Amino acid sequence: MTVDLAIVGAGPAGMAAAVLAAELGLDTVLIDEADAPGGQIYRAVESARETSPKASPLGADYLAGRPLAAALRASAAAYRPATMVWHIDPDGTLSLVSEGRGEAIVARHILLATGAIERPVPVPGWTLPGVMTVGAAQILLKTADLVPEGRAVLAGQGPLLYLVAAQLVRAGAPPLAVLETTPRENYAAAARHFGGLWAGRRDLAKGLALMLELRRAGVAVRRGVRGLRALGRRRVEGVAWEGGEIAADALFLHEGVIPNTQISLALQLAHHWDEAQSCWRPATDEWGRASLANVAVAGDGAGIAGAASALLSGRLAALDAAQILGRIDRAERDRRALPIRAGLARERAIRPFLDALYRPSDTLLSPADEVIACRCEEVTAGQIRRAVRLGATGPNQVKAFVRCGMGACQGRVCAPIVGAVIAGARGVPIAEVGAYRPRAPYKPITVGALAGVEVGPHQIAKPN
Amino acid sequence: MFRPRPDGAVATIPVEVEGRVVRVPAGASAAAAVLLAGLTSIRDTAIGGGERAPYCMMGICFECLAEIDGVPNRQSCMIAARPGMRINRQSGARPAPSGEIE
Ligand code: FES
Repeated sequence: MTVDLAIVGAGPAGMAAAVLAAELGLDTVLIDEADAPGGQIYRAVESARETSPKASPLGADYLAGRPLAAALRASAAAYRPATMVWHIDPDGTLSLVSEGRGEAIVARHILLATGAIERPVPVPGWTLPGVMTVGAAQILLKTADLVPEGRAVLAGQGPLLYLVAAQLVRAGAPPLAVLETTPRENYAAAARHFGGLWAGRRDLAKGLALMLELRRAGVAVRRGVRGLRALGRRRVEGVAWEGGEIAADALFLHEGVIPNTQISLALQLAHHWDEAQSCWRPATDEWGRASLANVAVAGDGAGIAGAASALLSGRLAALDAAQILGRIDRAERDRRALPIRAGLARERAIRPFLDALYRPSDTLLSPADEVIACRCEEVTAGQIRRAVRLGATGPNQVKAFVRCGMGACQGRVCAPIVGAVIAGARGVPIAEVGAYRPRAPYKPITVGALAGVEVGPHQIAKPN
Repeated sequence: MFRPRPDGAVATIPVEVEGRVVRVPAGASAAAAVLLAGLTSIRDTAIGGGERAPYCMMGICFECLAEIDGVPNRQSCMIAARPGMRINRQSGARPAPSGEIE
């Protein structure tokens, strides 16, 4: 099967791009691993139980995903849920698995809209059962109407920390405490972006309202927390920090989100280190075009900017794809992009402030020797430092030395930690250390699924 | 570990977690069923034998690997609960197949 545009990921960027691309006459397919559209931010939004913002514990910003999902359902774009992309060839061939069956499609243009993942939070005890991410708690609320049982503690920083704490309050499960790890020096750094604060005052007001909501609900909020640790033997039993300790039944960690670069790195797109957001991101131009001519990236996968920006960047990428494939000319593309760009500028105004305020502490991703860095292969930060002393200079070499990043998650979780630990041990910037090179299959697949792929002439290996 | 929220969706889908029947609402994953069933952990690791439970719930960390309907190493947070689904803990590495390989 050949299509004009294949989009990977049905979050706000992917959905918006698919709807507009189909409208512009592109033969579009939207591929997503989940059973329903929405991505993580609008996960299960179509089946939200309460559809009025007042009644929903998840709130108005979540429900804003409903019209977008409805537009996708009504669109001519082919939507392929429950489908995993396990390989993309630079020639435009995408290898898929769905319901255990393999399949390949060829796309003239590819848009990656793979969104964000939560930054890992390698504190002592973070592998204990009962320690999860804040995002995980929110997904359980969105998809299954479940809330934590017993005493829950949320720890870390970033807008999602307060949002989920407030959502749990509204869902009848107020957390015992919120422990904020924002380093004190971040406040001064953030104050330098005061200009953006005015432009982003709506977001700021929302954040302040959440904090007030927590205070009213009697949730203890502790600031300036350092040296966070999860305590317990077989499961988490408490949380400790410098100067304090509380008993807890569940601990939810969050230190912001970073682009999900698994596919963009595997495709060997050019990436650069984003110092302000402390993460790798693919190099893209103002349309989202990446370093391969037939590949673009939209949404948080190209740099963290939030759901509203993701939607707009998806539309820009769709306009650009339509221009590249000859459906509209440059003048029309540029004209239609103008209001979208104005919206993007508004949405992004508060980012420099948020990035500076919630910048993770330098020690967060480079924990003490005994702390597990790679959860899958159970490799400690100390083992990585030893590999560096033996001469390993970057993540791919360290991986060969001590197996970090070689487990089931293929380095998705440990990559930021391994990079930071190596950089610290070598005394060089992370940008110099580089990133893992992920490989296909992007997730484990069965030989049966592989064997079922029908091979077309474009896939027969060329002798070289 | 988790409980239904008050006024939440009605749990209509029965699944078996370690032989015990629990009901989850439509849209819940197999990992959600495990957390609702109150299991401390879903697997023991292949390296150190330590206990692990779901961590990210979004298909990134692979901590939720479990045996589902007899097939091990399934990413339970990415698999929707279906009526009658059997979800079991898994322990360590998968044993090597016994007997000669022809
Ligand atoms: S809980 Fe992380 S992949 Fe399932």
